[in-house]
Amino acid sequence: MWEIIEKAAKDNGLVAAFAVVGLVMLASGFISRKLTLGRVQGSAIAILIGLALAWVGGKVSGGTKGLADVALFSGIGLLGGTMLRDFAIVATAFEVHPGEARRSGWIGFFALMLGTVLPFLVGVCVARAFGYTDAVSLTTLGAGAVTYIVGPVTGTAIGASSEVIALSIATGVLKAILVMVSTPAAAEFMRLKTPRSAMVFGGLAGTVSGVTAGLAATDRKLVPYGALVATFHTGIGCLLCPSLFFIAVKAIVRQ
Amino acid sequence: MIIYGTALLALCHMLGIICGESLGRALGMKTNVGGVGIAMLLLVGMRAWLHGRGRLCPTTEGGVNYWGAIYIPVVVAMAMSQNVISALRGGPMAIIAAVVTVLACGLCISLINRAEKVGSQPADKPL
Repeated sequence: MWEIIEKAAKDNGLVAAFAVVGLVMLASGFISRKLTLGRVQGSAIAILIGLALAWVGGKVSGGTKGLADVALFSGIGLLGGTMLRDFAIVATAFEVHPGEARRSGWIGFFALMLGTVLPFLVGVCVARAFGYTDAVSLTTLGAGAVTYIVGPVTGTAIGASSEVIALSIATGVLKAILVMVSTPAAAEFMRLKTPRSAMVFGGLAGTVSGVTAGLAATDRKLVPYGALVATFHTGIGCLLCPSLFFIAVKAIVRQ
Repeated sequence: MIIYGTALLALCHMLGIICGESLGRALGMKTNVGGVGIAMLLLVGMRAWLHGRGRLCPTTEGGVNYWGAIYIPVVVAMAMSQNVISALRGGPMAIIAAVVTVLACGLCISLINRAEKVGSQPADKPL
């Protein structure tokens, strides 16, 4: 019997994933209404459950894609993968008011620049405090604090060791998870209410995954504005870190 | 027809990704630069253009809106496929770097957004 279920889930991965995610969202909605009396949004709880399941999946399978590495749930990898995620993000743009986005364009760009420089500086300083002194490792670890894609891209480009690259990925993934989890709680503090504030958030909080999940758990209407800016984050990081930032770090280290 | 909406979305998506990829190549990188952002801008533009010509019927819009609404479940699936184990295995350095980064950025967001109230538009303007 179990074999039949497993085969059915494997052959219909995406369909099974819709069912699993739907059930998780149903449970989250229930927890949100009954246990937190609506204080914590259902989607925030669903994301937390998702992360917990990812941990369990990683433990069980020993793989790198969380629950998606467990054969029964392989479709989760497709549903939550880059293709469908980006497709859904683009679709949210249908709700964007062009005027709002245009008015906040410059502040969004400014936030994006600050959101690249600031994490990089923090990453470099922390790496320095942990005893890394060479420019290559410092730059790679700084880049990891920008996003978990910028870290390995930069590290590979400037020839960092695989241990340092792994550490930069860990920093980036952890940052994304922290943004996902802490955004709903800190929304009031960050004044996340308007499209403009969401664009500032998208620029500064980095990673598409962190920003869009964080906003989804806070206010669904703000998602497209944050995503619009955040999608440029990885590109800008990959542009600046292995070039300008690396040269700057090299110049400072040499003194 | 509902497929018109989904096809419009797919076309904008593909065009955006191709533009982002080309931009990345032009800048000498292997990564996509803002492809999704460009796709979003394309969709915003296409919507305004079609709306102006009266070519956007509710069924067509439904083909896009469904995917916009499926967005949160997709994010939950994304959370389920994160590499949580390795993130936690990064040890104290990764944890401190991530926490300090998030705190510093959160502070900046708060400072910038608190200044918004001074602006001309009312803060509680509905979206």
